[in-house]
Amino acid sequence: MNDSVLKTLSVSFLVCLFCSLIVSYAAVSLRDMQNLNKLNDQRIKILKTAAIYNPDESIESQFTRLTPKFVDFSSGDLLDSYGEYDLNTYDPVYFSKQPDHSTPIPTSKDIAIVKNQENIGKIYLLKDASSNLEKIILPIRGYGLWGTLFGYIAIDKDLNTIKGLEFYAHKETPGLGAEVDNPKWKSLWDGKSIYKDGEVEIEVIKGKVDPSNQMASYQVDGLSGATLTSRGVTNMLVYWFGESGYKETLKNINYDS
Amino acid sequence: MTVKQYKEVLAKPLLEENPITLQILGICSALAVTSNLSVTLVMCVALTSVVSFSNLFISIIRNYIPSSVRIIVQMTIIASLVIVVDELLKAYDYETSKKLSVFVGLIITNCIVMGRAEAFAMKEKPFISFLDGLGNGLGYSVILIAVAVVRELFGAGTLMGYEILPLVSNGGWYPANNLLLLPPSSFILIGLMIWGIRAYKTDQIEPNEYKLSEHATAPDMSKRELNV
Repeated sequence: MNDSVLKTLSVSFLVCLFCSLIVSYAAVSLRDMQNLNKLNDQRIKILKTAAIYNPDESIESQFTRLTPKFVDFSSGDLLDSYGEYDLNTYDPVYFSKQPDHSTPIPTSKDIAIVKNQENIGKIYLLKDASSNLEKIILPIRGYGLWGTLFGYIAIDKDLNTIKGLEFYAHKETPGLGAEVDNPKWKSLWDGKSIYKDGEVEIEVIKGKVDPSNQMASYQVDGLSGATLTSRGVTNMLVYWFGESGYKETLKNINYDS
Repeated sequence: MTVKQYKEVLAKPLLEENPITLQILGICSALAVTSNLSVTLVMCVALTSVVSFSNLFISIIRNYIPSSVRIIVQMTIIASLVIVVDELLKAYDYETSKKLSVFVGLIITNCIVMGRAEAFAMKEKPFISFLDGLGNGLGYSVILIAVAVVRELFGAGTLMGYEILPLVSNGGWYPANNLLLLPPSSFILIGLMIWGIRAYKTDQIEPNEYKLSEHATAPDMSKRELNV
């Protein structure tokens, strides 16, 4: 008599109820730990971008080497406080989704499809022992092929030379666009320049960079089979180093030091 | 059920009725997650626990599952278990879970899990179903670990991340075989394993589905009948 309508419905209902209870219990009880893992993973990426990551040392103590600063995107000023928010836990990506704390980007300017930009961003400064500026680590994000890539880029104290690039979240195709995580490709960025006569010239090109080309220091090899991801990386760099991004901030850092 | 039967259910899927080499099930994850031994071990534990417990739970409620919705009920149980395993991995072994990415979720569609639920757990008692799941999970693991050892050792010169064969690029003597780091190499390795096992256990050889006709001198193509 297993096949009566009532039995079918009640068995399906009970199985679904029971399974959903177990799944939701697992999801809720493990959420804190998963969030901590995600946060630590992001912090490791920041440390890796700054090229100071040491897997044997605790992440917290390594992280104290970095000085976080708020960035006011409208003026380019570096701030030490912003309302009631704590500099250490402030998450710019979260605030870019809050209408009170963000500004929609006009489509004509939104080359990296960021959509909403937070009013106040957060960057990290790496200083050496005598507290001279060594590197600046800037969060960047932009649309690739399947979704937004989130990452960090480190630039040298000359405010023009890239020292490292890492992505901590993306949805690109494994083996093609996901090669943005490939250590070999990431190492190509070291020493590339961003600005030429005040314009952002850094670009992921198609194919290999010709070293004899005078623009070679502004170019990075494209990812084969991932034209759209490569283009997305270029767009996000052009956007974040442009007027609406960190351009003014970098000028201010220059005056400060 | 005697102890002997329990042992048989547990041991048979290891070699004689291995889900990968005899039934050719679960190949896609065998290709995808075997380039690194530590990742493979986590995948094996994940799959073995899912197939064992899905067999157990399905067997417990087997007499109450209406046959018209049995596949959906099985899928619900399997999918719930996979989600739980995925959540556990994200909480306790985040690095590996990132490397496994979608392949943990894809255990839901792994034919071994569904196959054992439908072929065994729907008919047998809970404990022996659990053992059958465990045995099949271990059978899957044996093959995956063997493939992973070969791929990581000869492809990257390491095992579990420790250097065994010093690579030329690191100043050693071993030139890495990069083909082994690409998924197609598992096809070749699993093919060789199937060949080896069937040479030893000849009863696993399947009869040909067709027979070659006698070769006459210069066949007359004009008289050939089209077999439509």
